[in-house]
Amino acid sequence: MSTTDLVLLGVLGVLAPACGVLVFTLDSMARVTFALLASLCCVGGVVTVLGLPYLGVVIVLMMVMEMLIMAVFMIAYMMNPAGLMPMSMLHNKGGSLVVSAVVFAALVAGIFAVPWPGRTGVRPKDTTFQAGTALMGDQMLTMVTLGFVLLATMVGATVLATHRGRYDRFGDDLDQRPAKDPAGAGVGR
Amino acid sequence: MGEPGAWWTLLAAPAMLLALAVLAVAFTAVLDARDAGRPVTVAVAVRPFTGVPRAVLAQPRRLPGADVLLWRAGAVLVPVAAVLSTLVIPFGDTVLADLSVGVVWFNAMEVLTWAGLWLAGWGPDAAFSLVGGYRFLAQGLAYELPLMFALISTATGAQSLRVTDIAAAQHGLWYAVWMPVAFVVYLAGVLAFSFTGPFGYPAGRDLAGGVLGEIGGVDRLLLQAGRWLWLAAGAAMAAPLFLGGGAGPVLPDWAWSLVKTLLVLAVLVLAARRLPMIRADRYVELAWVVLIPLTIVQVLVPALVNLNR
Repeated sequence: MSTTDLVLLGVLGVLAPACGVLVFTLDSMARVTFALLASLCCVGGVVTVLGLPYLGVVIVLMMVMEMLIMAVFMIAYMMNPAGLMPMSMLHNKGGSLVVSAVVFAALVAGIFAVPWPGRTGVRPKDTTFQAGTALMGDQMLTMVTLGFVLLATMVGATVLATHRGRYDRFGDDLDQRPAKDPAGAGVGR
Repeated sequence: MGEPGAWWTLLAAPAMLLALAVLAVAFTAVLDARDAGRPVTVAVAVRPFTGVPRAVLAQPRRLPGADVLLWRAGAVLVPVAAVLSTLVIPFGDTVLADLSVGVVWFNAMEVLTWAGLWLAGWGPDAAFSLVGGYRFLAQGLAYELPLMFALISTATGAQSLRVTDIAAAQHGLWYAVWMPVAFVVYLAGVLAFSFTGPFGYPAGRDLAGGVLGEIGGVDRLLLQAGRWLWLAAGAAMAAPLFLGGGAGPVLPDWAWSLVKTLLVLAVLVLAARRLPMIRADRYVELAWVVLIPLTIVQVLVPALVNLNR
């Protein structure tokens, strides 16, 4: 690992938990969301510097999209309108402080206590390819199953959450066109 | 693989992107003048830029309750992400940083626009601009997945995420020819992440300018620059992804890259002016019911071609 990488790793390694702390000290839901996003982007940077560029960049890519959608929902469901009032992310201050301190100490202790294995063989040139073959080779069945389970969960959750079914929209014989929707939109409607 | 750029490309790449964006703005102004029946002169093409010094010198606009930090962060993020995306776009043989995951990098930078526009909408604490920010997220959910599949088609065809590999893999037959669906969806995606033309909904006139409604001075300049910079970056990326990069007869590589980029940019500007604005909810349904299946089938094509090879 070159000096640049080490410096980057150090900077990102400090920034990530610092932004994490900001999540619990800021008093606006929007700022909290973006502090968390900044922290996760730093984690993506750390993963990239550690030699997994694909996973690192994908973390940034996915987290930006996810946190933005989360921001919308978090602000929508805040107790105060639009989340514009000052708020705090802290609940059960004493308990959570103890839990987080213990977890942090355990993780740090783990760094020193775990007998890290030495590197066997040379580092692969293209870790993206390695990650791909690991996922799509040996674990293909797992990934395919996982994909279908996730999709089924999403479809199932949507079906359970929506109060309008196809009989509401298309009539008792499913032949009502156009569909009886409160607001028409989109393909063919 | 392309040659890694010398130190000066670090300055040349943003400068070129800016030049392309300026050309696009001037082209739009000229077309506007022509359509309005005004004489087409140099002054017409220059007029959009006369507001730049005024915007730089303008008093920053202050609203009660504005989150200035997030607001400004949003305005800065959009052009910065556009410039960062050029890191992986090859110009002829030269590329600033030939990342092994170039396509993913471009995609990640483009997604930063989601954050930028939402922040720009949230920051001023004003209803219309906030609605504009939310509109962009709805639009993002619509355009992003088809765009991702379009990008994946090219990467699958070249069996590499490196942009120069993708350009090199198209010797003889451009991806635009045998992946037309991906090409069209990509161009639509470029218009969408530039929130312009048919995808100008987040900054629509029906919303008093939406995300652009309350912003003024340098911040407004940056946000609007980001819009045009993204249009230029998307056009520049179309050349290596779908049009064979710098490949072409007679002219040197860089010249072909430039010609292709300019052509795509012209097409995008024309399309942005011609096409009507699409509401995000309508486009979500079109994207999820029609475009996603189409683009998945499109990804299947290069996958099968590669399996047979």
